[in-house]
Amino acid sequence: MNQPFPVASSGANAIDVDIRNVDLSYGANHVLKGINLHIRPGEFFAFLGPSGCGKTTLLRLIAGFNHADGGEVLVGGRNVSHLPPWKRDVGMVFQSYALWPHMTVRRNVAFGLEERKVPKAEIDRRVAAALELVGLAHLADRRPSQLSGGQQQRVAVARTIAIEPKVLLLDEPLSNLDAKMRVQVRRELRDLQQRLGLTTIFVTHDQEEANTICDRIAVMNDGVVQQVGTPMELYEKPANLFVANFLGTANIVPGRVVSEGGARFFDIEGGVRLPIPAHVALSEGAKLVFRPQHASLGKGGADDVLLPGTIVHSEFLGSTLRYGVKVGAAEVSIDTPFQSGEALYQPGSAVELGLSLRSALWLAS
Amino acid sequence: MAGATTAGRAHAPSRSLRHLTISASPGQLALALGIAVFLALFLVIPVGTVIYVAFTEKGTGAFTLVNFLDFARTDLFIRSFWNSVYVSAMSVVVASIFALPLAYITTRFEFRGAMLIQTLGFLPLIMPPFVGAVAMLLLFGRNGTVNLLLNDWFGFRIPFMEGLNGVIFVQAVHYFPFILINLSAALRNIDRSMEEAAQNLGSSGFRLFRRIVFPLAMPGYIAGASLVFVKVFDDLATPLLLNVKDMLAPQAYLRVTSIGIADPMGYVISVVLICMSILAMWISARAMRGKDYATVQRGGGGLSKRRMRPWESAVAYGAVLLILLLVLAPHIGLLLLSFATIWSFSPLPDAYTLAHYGRVFGESFVYVKNTLVYASIAGLIDVVLGTAIAYLVLRTRLVGREWLDWAATAALAIPGVVLGIGYLRTFYGVQLPDGTPLATLWITIVLALAIRRLPYALRACYAALQQISVSLEEAAENLGATKVRTVRRIVLPLMAGGILAGFVTSFATAAVELSATLMLVQSNADAPLAYGLYVFMQSPAGRGPGAALGVIAVLLVALCTFASHLIIEKSQKAKAAGR
Repeated sequence: MNQPFPVASSGANAIDVDIRNVDLSYGANHVLKGINLHIRPGEFFAFLGPSGCGKTTLLRLIAGFNHADGGEVLVGGRNVSHLPPWKRDVGMVFQSYALWPHMTVRRNVAFGLEERKVPKAEIDRRVAAALELVGLAHLADRRPSQLSGGQQQRVAVARTIAIEPKVLLLDEPLSNLDAKMRVQVRRELRDLQQRLGLTTIFVTHDQEEANTICDRIAVMNDGVVQQVGTPMELYEKPANLFVANFLGTANIVPGRVVSEGGARFFDIEGGVRLPIPAHVALSEGAKLVFRPQHASLGKGGADDVLLPGTIVHSEFLGSTLRYGVKVGAAEVSIDTPFQSGEALYQPGSAVELGLSLRSALWLAS
Repeated sequence: MAGATTAGRAHAPSRSLRHLTISASPGQLALALGIAVFLALFLVIPVGTVIYVAFTEKGTGAFTLVNFLDFARTDLFIRSFWNSVYVSAMSVVVASIFALPLAYITTRFEFRGAMLIQTLGFLPLIMPPFVGAVAMLLLFGRNGTVNLLLNDWFGFRIPFMEGLNGVIFVQAVHYFPFILINLSAALRNIDRSMEEAAQNLGSSGFRLFRRIVFPLAMPGYIAGASLVFVKVFDDLATPLLLNVKDMLAPQAYLRVTSIGIADPMGYVISVVLICMSILAMWISARAMRGKDYATVQRGGGGLSKRRMRPWESAVAYGAVLLILLLVLAPHIGLLLLSFATIWSFSPLPDAYTLAHYGRVFGESFVYVKNTLVYASIAGLIDVVLGTAIAYLVLRTRLVGREWLDWAATAALAIPGVVLGIGYLRTFYGVQLPDGTPLATLWITIVLALAIRRLPYALRACYAALQQISVSLEEAAENLGATKVRTVRRIVLPLMAGGILAGFVTSFATAAVELSATLMLVQSNADAPLAYGLYVFMQSPAGRGPGAALGVIAVLLVALCTFASHLIIEKSQKAKAAGR
């Protein structure tokens, strides 16, 4: 482990990936619609979205397995759009790992180097180093079928980084692992990526995975990039309802933004009105968006707006209690920290809901 | 048998004892015993007798290896052995030449008519190879269509059908579907990501094929190739009909029929045949071990299919058409022959007639009737045994149940001619009350057919039962149904599709089987279709009616195969709808 891996030059050689106006259709099915993304050198970047959003299609397009109808992909400033997969030097770890069952672990890892006609001694050294890096040097002569899921995944990673790719592509690499392994492996992946300083693109449908290991995330839906940002930016300032909903739990309260006597108000259906900042645009169909932990019951903060509500139900989540509260015609979720001995609100009891307007957002529908 | 298995399970004697008493009802025990007795009588004892005779001295019954020494010292037998090995190996090579391009083109490219090719590829299988042999002589023989034309146009001939070449050519055309089917399945089972991962790491073109695709498809190819080897090695009728006598299976037949069932050489050759079968299957099993390379993921497709460039397309269609024409030649030739008045020394028949069909329907219809009766009974025996064995193996804990499975499957390694010799030797001494030997009754033919086809029917029944969740039966028992009633009301109806498929497979292949029956048929009145064909085809005058009979046989089997296909498809659809 203390032997430096050849590629590990702390990301100084890392390159960027530029995706420009990429469009792709399968027949009538428009899978990617004008995708523009810039992945910075050495960045751990995620394509995040529900299944069918086009994230895997986009990844395979970078690897050269899909071909765009329009637009181009630049790797390190070089347009690779018309190169076949075997000339692109972008390493991909497949969702199924795609380890060849007729070869040992060692032969699997050596494959890409042999294809590049690297001298034998050099191959041996680099295969050993790659396996050492993922901690599997002792299993080099096993067959893939003799390894656990986690070990197979690490062999797949070793096989890919052995060729010292310019970019590493990971296609849902954790989806075939059990929950416990997933947490461990994702840390290892992050750790490895940091040490190699390798520009990495990670495809996942799991927001927790993306949040925990990625520098930046592109949230995708329906073939369109919805928003790009750091995990925290996306959580705190979602650009639209899809992003707000996809990352974490969000309360989305429909209503109208009205102006009365120079002040702005938000009217929730059912006759509840709250004063709001003057910069919010007037709208007949606006949405108030806030996280369950950005409101409180009973005692509010100093600048909280107070709203009348009725408890509908409660769920015990361990560290927190989540109440369903009816406000006007809308129902919202409110998280309160759980403290033993504290009295609980019973369903049907009337409460005052304190909403921190600084954390709240107004989005168009 | 039970003793042997208990010994094998000695690590948990109390447990197996408990299972024996608790899990096996008297009915199940009786069923298992009945099957065991049947298999012992009609498979184990006849084959055992053959082996026993080969190793004992004629007259005294003392153990000896003299018979094998005689075998090794006789030039004819050694030549026959090497001829058989050569013909089998070359048949594999030629069959591969037919099968490889078809499998590769249809699985790797977007190819119009891929389905048609895969279907047409089955056609040779539904015709006994020796029937095709006659048609092939007329098309490819020294004075056949192709050579006459070649000679007219270019002044040379190609010895397609001379001596061993003829056997190789006919067998390759007949058995190449085994390689096509297995190889295509293996190619289709390779996941796309296997290939993409290699491309991603810098591999492409032929290197990628050689290093990834070919090794992954290898087990499928070997499975098909070893099957072809065994079938050709065991085949009796094709060499005989092409007048090639110095091969092993014909020698076994000729020894027994010309010198008599007491001559030990027929038995020695039988043992050699069994050994070669087992050897080929062992090699295939070894090649397959630990290589379940089916890598297709859930929801993932097989290898990606590439669109061909125009010139590639032209080459591919040309190759496919040529191969199809070649492998369908026996069918075409047979059809022509069945309508021909005279077809000799001319590229095509002189004139056409329906007389042969008239003659077949008149006097030879007994063959068709016999075949329908024999194949139906054999098929019935097979599915009853197959279902019973599958049930005992999968649903009970009866001690020694796997032995039934193994014994039934072992029939795969027994060449038809060996089984025939075994029946003759074992049952000739057994006499019915009126003095006729058991071996001369037509029922022996049926039993031989049933034993020969049992492995196939068993696998079909096994697969059908395996797909039924045990909880369906438990639900019935929970609602008050006894074991027997559960089987009748739940298991059998759900297995029906698989059982029917098993029956049709047995029926269709039994209908064209000859190697075991050639030994056992005693009179023309008892003879099945394949035997009648064989008799017809031996005389030039009989070829017309023989061809007509052959066309009827092909239609019969094709109809059954088609029916089984429909039934399986329908039952699968019904199951999918019920889900």
